[in-house]
Amino acid sequence: MARQAPDRYVAPTVQRLRLRYAKRGRLRFSSHRDFQRALERALRRAEVPMAYSAGFHPHPKVSYANSAPTGVASEAEYVELGVSATCDPEAVRAALDAALPEGLDVLDVVEARTPDFVNRLEASVWRVELPGVPHDRAVAAVTALLAADEVIVERLMKNGLRTFDARGAVLAAQCAAPSDPDTDCAILTLVVRHGTPSVRPDDVLSALRRVADLVPPKPPRVTRLAQGPLDEAGTSVVDPLAPDRAG
Amino acid sequence: MTSPAPTDASASRSTGQSVFDALEQLLPLVSKPIQYVGGEVNSVIKDWDDATVRWALMYPDAYEVGAPNQGVQILYEVINERPDALAERTYAVWPDLEVLMREHGVPQFTVDAHRAVGDFDVFGLSFSTELGYTNMLTALDLAGIPLLAVERGEDDPIVIAGGHAAFNPEPIADFVDAAVLGDGEEAVLLVTDIVRDWKAAGRPGGRVGLLLELAMTGSIYVPRFYDVAYLADGRIQKVAPNRPDVPWRVRKHTLMNLDEWPYPKKPLVPLAETVHERMSVEIFRGCTRGCRFCQAGMITRPVRERSITGIAEMVDNGLRRTGYEEVGLLSLSSADHSEIADIARNLADRYEDSQTSLSLPSTRVDAFNVDLANELSRNGRRSGLTFAPEGGSERMRRVINKLVSEEDLIRTVTTAYAAGWRQVKLYFMCGLPTETDEDVLQIATLAREVIKAGRQVTGRNDIRCTVSIGGFVPKPHTPFQWAAQLDHESTDARLYALRDAIRADRQYGKAIGLRYHDGRPGIIEGLLSRGDRRVGAVILQSWRDGSRFDGWSEHFSFDRWMAAAQTALSGESVDVDWYTIRERQQAEVLPWDHLDSGLDSEWLWEDWQDALAEVAVDDCRWTPCFDCGVCDQMETEIQIGPTGVVSLPMPTVPSAGAVLATP
Repeated sequence: MARQAPDRYVAPTVQRLRLRYAKRGRLRFSSHRDFQRALERALRRAEVPMAYSAGFHPHPKVSYANSAPTGVASEAEYVELGVSATCDPEAVRAALDAALPEGLDVLDVVEARTPDFVNRLEASVWRVELPGVPHDRAVAAVTALLAADEVIVERLMKNGLRTFDARGAVLAAQCAAPSDPDTDCAILTLVVRHGTPSVRPDDVLSALRRVADLVPPKPPRVTRLAQGPLDEAGTSVVDPLAPDRAG
Repeated sequence: MTSPAPTDASASRSTGQSVFDALEQLLPLVSKPIQYVGGEVNSVIKDWDDATVRWALMYPDAYEVGAPNQGVQILYEVINERPDALAERTYAVWPDLEVLMREHGVPQFTVDAHRAVGDFDVFGLSFSTELGYTNMLTALDLAGIPLLAVERGEDDPIVIAGGHAAFNPEPIADFVDAAVLGDGEEAVLLVTDIVRDWKAAGRPGGRVGLLLELAMTGSIYVPRFYDVAYLADGRIQKVAPNRPDVPWRVRKHTLMNLDEWPYPKKPLVPLAETVHERMSVEIFRGCTRGCRFCQAGMITRPVRERSITGIAEMVDNGLRRTGYEEVGLLSLSSADHSEIADIARNLADRYEDSQTSLSLPSTRVDAFNVDLANELSRNGRRSGLTFAPEGGSERMRRVINKLVSEEDLIRTVTTAYAAGWRQVKLYFMCGLPTETDEDVLQIATLAREVIKAGRQVTGRNDIRCTVSIGGFVPKPHTPFQWAAQLDHESTDARLYALRDAIRADRQYGKAIGLRYHDGRPGIIEGLLSRGDRRVGAVILQSWRDGSRFDGWSEHFSFDRWMAAAQTALSGESVDVDWYTIRERQQAEVLPWDHLDSGLDSEWLWEDWQDALAEVAVDDCRWTPCFDCGVCDQMETEIQIGPTGVVSLPMPTVPSAGAVLATP
């Protein structure tokens, strides 16, 4: 006499919405799970007509892509929603942005008109601020990194310490001239290809330490500026929502 | 580890200024940094200069435990609704951050605007348990506030303790400036008024002048205005005010008409994961079941119900404002609400087609409770149901006044299994007054009968029963306040005997799970619960030796506490055993006798004698008054239904997304 999952009506998905959101300021310390909970509650507060999965524990249809690590800010995180009634994307954007706490900001919502969204996220552009690191020092380190064919780094992952190359995934790296020449705060812009294992900004920093002994005296501030398909030159990314907008 | 925090980061900071820039540097280096950043939905940041009275509220445990606490959320909102006041929250920081804060001179901060706790006018701490005392000392120390109340200066906050543990604040009397007993809603407004007027009048009498104003209300306890004298054998001779204008006894606060206080109206929604991932609505306060071990039931009398309409409004409003998918109907014994059946049916009807689930964290052992649980889980999964018989034998249950026969219990549990619940959890205590080994071993027999009957009624073998058992700690203001606590060796011996008895059962043993905790932490809790002012030195010593987060088994050290007690009590005629495993006599002055919970001490003593004689008393909600004293002394009354409202004219939940969907 095991109880069956209730045979209740489950509203079908009639529309899929893709949204881009930012993780800013103090809320960059939220983890992916923290964001999931915050989003699901915001969807309820904003009364977005979500489609749900069937079963004992119906879940709203939300797909997450490629989230930035805890502590890393982002201007380009992506989520896909399945809704049970056709919605105006801009109305959903505004309602959801208002319902989420300040610092989790919904920037863009488009109706999904194309498949394979996640595969489109080929690379990310990262900005890495290095307080306390002089510009010249950072330029030298980046030059050394780009000159190397391979830089092996280590990272502790769920299944133990892994060793991998952090150089191959770096498609471009540059060090912008400091906005305030009196303060030592080098700013790197990195374009890093997604892959397995995924090379994250802290892995690139490990690589800089390895090739040039660059050890930031203060915690770096990292922001994902964009992610999407590589451009033709293969050194930057373009808007991953463009095909949906065009469709 | 316990050196005062250096002040380099705070040197150039003006009062009320955020310390977030300094804290932010440390966050990438600690675990779960999200717990320190605030920014929760429904949190409030008010302008520092607009408020006259500024409160820092602390739940002295980790954020994941403290953030969902209803008491702090209520007071936070009640204070912030006042235009002349503001409240921010602070929680215990984990040791990894504590070390970094000391290294970098970052003070104890609030999570709202990240202001230094030392900048506030009032530092209020809510103690649900005594095991938060060492975390208070960490917070004071990190805040740069002197640990001893008498050493504080004019600019230091007034440190006020509240919560259930504040009903005996004597062990922390040296560290707090004041303690408030009972319901906090009106009390914080009273304190706010007094602080505001004192400031407006030019702070007459300075810090002591303010404390005197608080003490003269008769409902705020200021320990420094009372002297304790001891007898040669270590017992208390008397506790007396040392100033003429201070009352001999301090009475508790009792909030009446819960419907007028529908807080929290805007429950906080933490970003970090917490121990309660749901919204709570308090459906009544107080309990008159009269379980003799239960401090909460004794000190929160009388019963005051929220009405069925008031509850429905809070559920509806709270869900809209939080987006939670679960609502817990909270109280000390939720199935006892006079209109609970109508409440459950109405709410279940209303949310049947939404993705909202309802729960009733009740532990009453009867079939009615199962009906309620069935109603609230119409669509959901029926995984586990919890009952709390507390005592293993019927004799034991007469002693503790938890009246449930073995027959009732078996019937209740089989009803649950038959209704599709697969797992039943049973709560018990070990070390109750007059308990013998046999009383505890009866738990194994009971669990076996439960499984046997469950298998019969369901025809299945996969049903389970989990026995959860904890050591009993006698608490102040209960009939068991005079009782000897069972020593931890005997507690452990009984628990192991029970474990062995369950394991040895080939037929049913595998279907019975046993969860227990060893008896040692209970002894320290007992020391802190029934301690007097001399225990303050033990707390300070233990904290200096590294005690933190004593409610967490991975941080708690019994040996450290016992060593600290040895050192701190070396010059006294008392020791840990004296405070814990010693039975008190009626004539003894108890450390909390000058603090009035409303309970008549004659009645408490009679109830203790009834316990020893295995005589039970009824619930005064349904039966005539048995003169516990509360309603008379506190000029309060039981407030219960029926309201006559059976079915609610509640608006139906609007079809989700009506606004966002395009036609």
